[in-house]
Amino acid sequence: MATIQISFNGEAEKELQLDKETMTIGRKSDNDIHLDNLAVSGHHAKILTILNDSFIEDLNSTNGTYLNGSLVKKNSLADGDIIKIGKHEMKYINTNANSEGDFEKTMIINPDSDGMQETEGSDEIDKSVGAIVAEIASSDSGKSSQQKAKIRLVSGANNGKELALTKVLTTLGKPGVQVAAITRRPTGYFLIHIDGGDNGERPKVNNQQISSKAQPLSDNDEIEVAGVKMTFFFE
Amino acid sequence: MSLKDKINITGITDEGLVRDHNEDSIASNAELGLLVLADGMGGHKGGEVASAIAVDSILQDLSKALPQITTGNTDENTGYSIESMLIEKAIKDANSKIYTAAQNNKNYEGMGTTVVVLLLYDNRITVAHVGDSRLYRMRDRILEQMTRDHTLLQELVDRGFYTKKEARESLNKNLVTRAVGVNPDVDVDLLEDIALAGDMYLLCSDGLTDMITDDLIEDIQLNYRDNQNKMNKELIKQAKDHGGKDNVSVMLAQVLKEFPANSNWVSKILDIFS
Repeated sequence: MATIQISFNGEAEKELQLDKETMTIGRKSDNDIHLDNLAVSGHHAKILTILNDSFIEDLNSTNGTYLNGSLVKKNSLADGDIIKIGKHEMKYINTNANSEGDFEKTMIINPDSDGMQETEGSDEIDKSVGAIVAEIASSDSGKSSQQKAKIRLVSGANNGKELALTKVLTTLGKPGVQVAAITRRPTGYFLIHIDGGDNGERPKVNNQQISSKAQPLSDNDEIEVAGVKMTFFFE
Repeated sequence: MSLKDKINITGITDEGLVRDHNEDSIASNAELGLLVLADGMGGHKGGEVASAIAVDSILQDLSKALPQITTGNTDENTGYSIESMLIEKAIKDANSKIYTAAQNNKNYEGMGTTVVVLLLYDNRITVAHVGDSRLYRMRDRILEQMTRDHTLLQELVDRGFYTKKEARESLNKNLVTRAVGVNPDVDVDLLEDIALAGDMYLLCSDGLTDMITDDLIEDIQLNYRDNQNKMNKELIKQAKDHGGKDNVSVMLAQVLKEFPANSNWVSKILDIFS
């Protein structure tokens, strides 16, 4: 199991085991790792531990969290890394982390299970790695795909006309001139080039021609297909 | 309408250099333009049973259901094509079969499988997947990964804890957050896109992508683009030359020419300013 060695102004204070999936760090006494110093925010940062790997995440602290001298928001931790918060230093010790080991078989994380298990020597497939993983697995990070989107024409004869993107795949353009499509994927909305007509020109997003790859779309992007400009937006 | 002369399909599955049996399964229907690949896991013989059930069940369901529908229709509730809805249903049916088999046989307890399905129809594609088997598309000499893995690693990358490079070196590489047959129901990721003549679609198990990089896959596709059989063999060979630690499966589908369900498809599909 990974541990952290805490020191203050260069003097060793204590060593703690990372025995919970989430260990919060802060000045308030409800933190798992309590650092009583004014340079530390009430809830300053947290360390997530998933199986053999740990991660540091700053919780929008006032004075920031430093990893080996660099200000970080989120980062993975490696054995020997030094986390610095105010005048406190925490050395991350994990001799198992990133060791080559066997090429483990693919395992299924079952988000319905509770509790965190050790990885060593376990050949079970029903790894239950607890609340964090359940949350990660169930919360689809591609949330934008759930949102309803529309396009509004901002030039041409149909200026002002809106079209709700109700179908997963919506095609736009003029045959022989330029044809494109907007597709809704689990990871969000994308513009796809289909046919550039005789001159092979591609549709534009925010005045940039797109490539052969699907181009991700963000709220209020301006799209141009077959000379017609339109705005992509979420409802 | 048969797609046999419009889409060229090849596929190879190989147990690799380390494993003593192959838990991957692949199958295709060239008439329908349908490809299915599954990477089973868990139990003693469970993995190969799960992937075999998935592939057989999905292929059979769809070979029956697809010829009975008229293409070009959309499901009003979801916005997906009827084809996509049938594929989702076929995967959910396979999920129930595997789950039930696992409940009824101690040897199969906890088995599950990834699955990736590609259907080509009416100059379009639907891709459905669960787990870490992937679909790539090669178009205009550029390789694009179209599916997003259902793995812990991918979730951590999406949340900014890892860069893509760090992810390749992580220990938590093989933790799948979704699989077919593990729970009573399963969420399927679906995507639809337009297919163009010249497109090359690649379905693969993680035995390929854990061993070789996307850049190498792209190089192989460029070097062997005139010979699809050799391309298929070379992808397998390179996975083995780079360790071959897992079973490796690769399926390829090349669009030789357009395959519209009706003539004049471009104007038919236009939804706006037509």
